[in-house]
Amino acid sequence: MHRVEHLWGTAISVEVVDADCVATDTVDALYAWFERVDELFSTWRDDSEISRIGRGELAVADASPAVATVLALCDEVRVLSGGAFDVTFGARARLDPRPGLGPLDPSGLVKGWAVERAAAMLLDAGVRQFCINAGGDVVVRGRPPAQAAWRIGIQHPWERDKVAAVVCMVDGAVATSGGYERRDHVIDPRTGQPAHGLASVTVVGRDLAIADAYATAAFALGPDGMTWLAGRADVEAMGITDDRRVVTTPGFEQYRAA
Amino acid sequence: MNRSRLVSVIIATLGVLGLLASFHTSPGTSTRSAGAAVRGTAPPAATAPPPQGSTPQPQPSGGTQSPPTTTADRRTVAGDTVPTDYGNVQVNIVVSGGRIVDVQAPQLPNDRSRSVRISNYAGPQLRQEALQAQSANINTVSGATYTSDGYAQSLQSALDRAGIKR
Repeated sequence: MHRVEHLWGTAISVEVVDADCVATDTVDALYAWFERVDELFSTWRDDSEISRIGRGELAVADASPAVATVLALCDEVRVLSGGAFDVTFGARARLDPRPGLGPLDPSGLVKGWAVERAAAMLLDAGVRQFCINAGGDVVVRGRPPAQAAWRIGIQHPWERDKVAAVVCMVDGAVATSGGYERRDHVIDPRTGQPAHGLASVTVVGRDLAIADAYATAAFALGPDGMTWLAGRADVEAMGITDDRRVVTTPGFEQYRAA
Repeated sequence: MNRSRLVSVIIATLGVLGLLASFHTSPGTSTRSAGAAVRGTAPPAATAPPPQGSTPQPQPSGGTQSPPTTTADRRTVAGDTVPTDYGNVQVNIVVSGGRIVDVQAPQLPNDRSRSVRISNYAGPQLRQEALQAQSANINTVSGATYTSDGYAQSLQSALDRAGIKR
């Protein structure tokens, strides 16, 4: 079973391998959850809880528990990254407003977090083998049909029909942050300037919320972001520099397809 | 820099010297192959790796493999000269961006009073290679978030289309 819907300004695909045990309702519930996440967290919607909190109209304590959970996670990553990941950046960037950049903007983590929750929903429903891809952020469980592991291509930054590497995994998460799709969509919160030095950063780990946020932070950090990632115990990473080099953390090879 | 930190730097540096000495016995051994040997026990790619422990141990590496570091805030901090059973030891560290990027030992026992340089002393070794494009057998694609418009042209949309037809 394979379904694709357009949400969050991108495409979300859900592929379930053990389709015999999944009801259509289960996948419907997944997309309903993704819609709910958009209502809560979209910086493109004036009426989302995150927009209302950003304007000071709603207190975090009065918001949905999911919002408080996400903001707490974001703050952990902010501290870990020395401010390279910072959801409050937009509030300080009023001089140069951009569409979709709210005063409170957890976009660098919320997609991964929401997909991780969706994976938990499938597991709760008894589904064991699946792949969810939300605009390039991927969670896999189990195995694809007739294969030992999921083979996840890392998009080549400059050749749209090619991949730069292939990651193999059974259970895990892969997130990529890059400047080649939405130009300058990652700002270094420490400087207010677009991040530079890296064309893309891919983070592999067990949790997509963490992978997503770490990829965003490392991209903002530039080439130093790879050193920062190498020091994180829970992930491995591959970066592609603007001058076409591939930089990997020591453990990344474990995931790499031969 | 406090005393215990200095001592640990000295001890670690002496350990590095041991490694360098072993390199001498096999001239031509590149630091890259040395690193690869350390990682030679990687499990099969198809399985998830075991949880990692603490930060990987630093390994000596050539300057060409270290990630670019800014030179703006580089500074060298001299350590005390410490007498040991084998002679005097003095170590300088080069600090940049709040971390040690180089260790130099102008004074070491025996005849090793030359500068010993290791890059990215405090950071784990990163590996570098040239970017290559692949057309591989893949199930899905991880990439920077595409817009719905961009998706129409993306590799992922082709994979999804193939999946729907199946």
